[in-house]
Amino acid sequence: MSSIIGIPKETYANEKRVATVPDVVEKLIKLGFGVLVESGAGALANFADDAYVAAGAKIAASAAELWNSSNIVFKVRAPDMDEVALIKEGTTLVSFIWPAQNPELMQALAARKVTVLAMDSVPRQLSRAQKMDALSSMANIAGYRAVIEAAHHFGRFFTGQITAAGKVPPAKVFVIGAGVAGLAALGTAVGLGAIVRANDTRPEVGDQVKSMGAEFVPVDYQEEGTGVGGYAKVMSEGFQKAQLETFAKQAKDVDIIITTALIPGKPAPKLITTEMVQSMRPGSVIVDMAAEQGGNCELTVPGEVVERHGVTIVGYTDLPSRLSKQSSTLYATNLLRLTEELCKTKDGIIDVNFDDDAIRGLTVIKDGGITWPPPPPKLAAAPAQAKPAAAPVAAKKSGHGHGDSGPMPAKTLAIVFGVGALAFWFVGAHAPAAFLGHFTVFVLACFVGYMVVWNVTPALHTPLMSVTNAISSIIAIGALVQIAPPLEAGMVRPGGWIGILAVFGIILTAINMFGGFAVTRRMLAMFRK
Amino acid sequence: MSASLATVSYIGATILFILSLGGLSNPESSRRGNLYGIIGMAIAVLATVFGPRVTLGGIPWIIMAMAIGGSIGLYAARKVQMTQMPELVALMHSLVGLAACLVGFASYIDSSVEFTGAEKSIHEVEIYLGILIGAVTFSGSIIAFGKLSGKIGGKPLLLPGRHWLNLAGLLVVIWVGGSFINAETVAGGAFPLLVMTVISLAFGVHMVMAIGGADMPVVVSMLNSYSGWAAAATGFMLSNDLLIVTGALVGSSGAILSYIMCRAMNRNFISVIAGGFGTGGGTVVASADGQPAGEVTAISSQETAELLKDSKSVIIVPGYGMAVAQAQHTVYEITKHLREKGVTVRFGIHPVAGRMPGHMNVLLAEAKVPYDIVMEMDEINDDFPSTDVTMVIGANDIVNPAAQEDPNSPIAGMPVLEVWKAKTSIVMKRSMASGYAGVDNPLFYKDNNRMLFGDAKKMLDEVLAALRA
Repeated sequence: MSSIIGIPKETYANEKRVATVPDVVEKLIKLGFGVLVESGAGALANFADDAYVAAGAKIAASAAELWNSSNIVFKVRAPDMDEVALIKEGTTLVSFIWPAQNPELMQALAARKVTVLAMDSVPRQLSRAQKMDALSSMANIAGYRAVIEAAHHFGRFFTGQITAAGKVPPAKVFVIGAGVAGLAALGTAVGLGAIVRANDTRPEVGDQVKSMGAEFVPVDYQEEGTGVGGYAKVMSEGFQKAQLETFAKQAKDVDIIITTALIPGKPAPKLITTEMVQSMRPGSVIVDMAAEQGGNCELTVPGEVVERHGVTIVGYTDLPSRLSKQSSTLYATNLLRLTEELCKTKDGIIDVNFDDDAIRGLTVIKDGGITWPPPPPKLAAAPAQAKPAAAPVAAKKSGHGHGDSGPMPAKTLAIVFGVGALAFWFVGAHAPAAFLGHFTVFVLACFVGYMVVWNVTPALHTPLMSVTNAISSIIAIGALVQIAPPLEAGMVRPGGWIGILAVFGIILTAINMFGGFAVTRRMLAMFRK
Repeated sequence: MSASLATVSYIGATILFILSLGGLSNPESSRRGNLYGIIGMAIAVLATVFGPRVTLGGIPWIIMAMAIGGSIGLYAARKVQMTQMPELVALMHSLVGLAACLVGFASYIDSSVEFTGAEKSIHEVEIYLGILIGAVTFSGSIIAFGKLSGKIGGKPLLLPGRHWLNLAGLLVVIWVGGSFINAETVAGGAFPLLVMTVISLAFGVHMVMAIGGADMPVVVSMLNSYSGWAAAATGFMLSNDLLIVTGALVGSSGAILSYIMCRAMNRNFISVIAGGFGTGGGTVVASADGQPAGEVTAISSQETAELLKDSKSVIIVPGYGMAVAQAQHTVYEITKHLREKGVTVRFGIHPVAGRMPGHMNVLLAEAKVPYDIVMEMDEINDDFPSTDVTMVIGANDIVNPAAQEDPNSPIAGMPVLEVWKAKTSIVMKRSMASGYAGVDNPLFYKDNNRMLFGDAKKMLDEVLAALRA
């Protein structure tokens, strides 16, 4: 018997999002599920009940009815205690939970003997899990909205203009933290025409920043800031000091600061001090996207817009909700992808399979037992092992496709030289002088060949083979000198046999000689620009 | 012509040969490079024929032999199709090997050149080695030719205890070699020499038979190298520096190519020679890991054309399947059509795509694809993320993401073209069969991958027709 997915109306104040949208309802039904939507659930995101009904969903009149008749519940915000009380045993709840910040909620949910999948715990480092990474989709929206909020409170154009009424300088925007939200924000600000700079403790995101059309402002201090799971880590004191100096310099120069710095499970770092706010020009705007975790600015009031020292500080904690239609649609799609993973058989029955790293990572409670935090994903280590194996190969091929870069390790080199010296000593000790002359020529020729052939472009490897093949028919000379050499008087020579062998040898090498050069010529004539 | 003049001519020929190889560093200078080679060869042959070592009586024979051989060679060079180049090259290697054997035998029974003491021993070792390398090259190349032209199955033949067989053969060859050098008369040495030749021939056959289809590029370049060493050994035997130099040039060229090919497959040269890749062993490993889960999404040629039409940049990755289907001309037509529409079309070539080094480049050149849009793997790999559509035509292992993602895969660590990073990839294949390496390809199951099943030529013709419609 297939399961019913229930979509309650969000109860949190000012939460406008809804966990599914009519387009996704159709797809869920195709996967074999029944969908039940609480009346008015999508109203604030501009999805009317009729639209859900048209897509095939049923409407539940009240929250109690909905929670009672659903096996699976999709939500946006973590449930409050009233909602927890409504959950029946055996239900699977999918929503944001933040298990680290909400231990009481976890206990309460576990007591109800339910299974809980936390959308904030999707293992982001698994590429397969990215399609269900709701944090990224929400961060993307929040980054966009942050710039729109800043533009709303900022008294000037973003883009520079020369008008008949005078010149308008472009706004300068500084984005702190180039994660998903930061990149979305700087992309939006660039799109509006502002001069955008960004800073991040992870130097490797510099290229991403530049690719979005913004300027990367590094902190002048050597320390690697990449932590696990794609987040930044806490930095040393020396670094923090250098960082604050950088920010103070930027604060004097820019019009808008957007901060996105978060460290998982910890209060947001204070990066914008009161002095910095005071140093900003009147009319400037700070959008503090970390307000929910206490804010990156000392003067932020979470959830509110305040004016301090002539600077507007936006501390909204519900930026995605302020773009409710967009964020509901993306969140619903993330949930759909998750449902597809949970229900590979497409028969409307979900399977919380702990062998699947992605599913294991986001399951925080299974059948009443708390399974959070998850063990580190197995795969996270495996690619790390595979990478070094592949990397040296790639690194070697610099320059002209395959030029040797970097000398051999000293030990290998010593062995090679040792073996070489031994071989040369052996030859020198035993071989007669006549042989040594030829040997010299041979060794030098090997080196010349080595140097010359490394320069051959890979595109011409086939012609190279056919031309070397043609050249190796130089062996004809060996046959030529045997046909009729000048004989000293009195020498006897089994000329008949040698003659036959030699003539045959010449025929063979002539095939090669003429054929090889002709075919090379034919091939090379085809290469054209 | 005096002996000194002949020697000077040889030096000239040597320089021309080096310039000839040097000319291949880019397509512009390559034609001149080939010309240098021809001139060098002509100088060398003429200097020998009119030199002190050939008397007038031999000239009619030489002209006759040259005429016969030359006309066969020119005929073959005109008739051969570009897809058959690997076979032709392998066949030509076998000729060099056989010629080296013949010259060796002739040199051995030639009693007009007398050596004594250490020089005699060295001369005989040179003859012995020359014939040995020549025989291995000859029989190995014949088998490679058979495999490449499909006359012999591509599956590796693995005799039980094959390494021991080879080792036993080597020991016999060394032991027989001892009795050959100690033989007093020409007749006395003939028997050991024949025994060694037979063993060498068998060894050549056995070695190439044991190598799977995926390793063919390495084998072809390795045989190229052997044919050079055979020429060098002949040069030692006849005390001829020109032969030594040329042999060494060809030998090191082949060795470098083998090395490049091995590196492109992330394989050790020894393990390639030991053979057995792409056999039951590989498949077992793959199936033990479990098949990559997921569904394959098929696409029609009509939809392919739509995708191509709507894209801004396209990368085409050809493999041996394109050569088999003779689809390169249709590929060019599609390329031309798309380029006229303002789509950026480029080609990504893996070093071991096809059956010999540079095989794909030659085929595309034959189809008139300009060489400046044909890129090497390292040049183009970073561009896949900004590419709309990649078309993989008859290639499999060289685009297998398992090489990077699955450390247990038999091809783990092999550099591959990262086609899955493009927005959409289209794989043209006849069926879901695995490649030479016998490894399943997770690319087929990726969300952004589409499969276009069918014969490459037929499907591409349909795509072209849809594009033009």
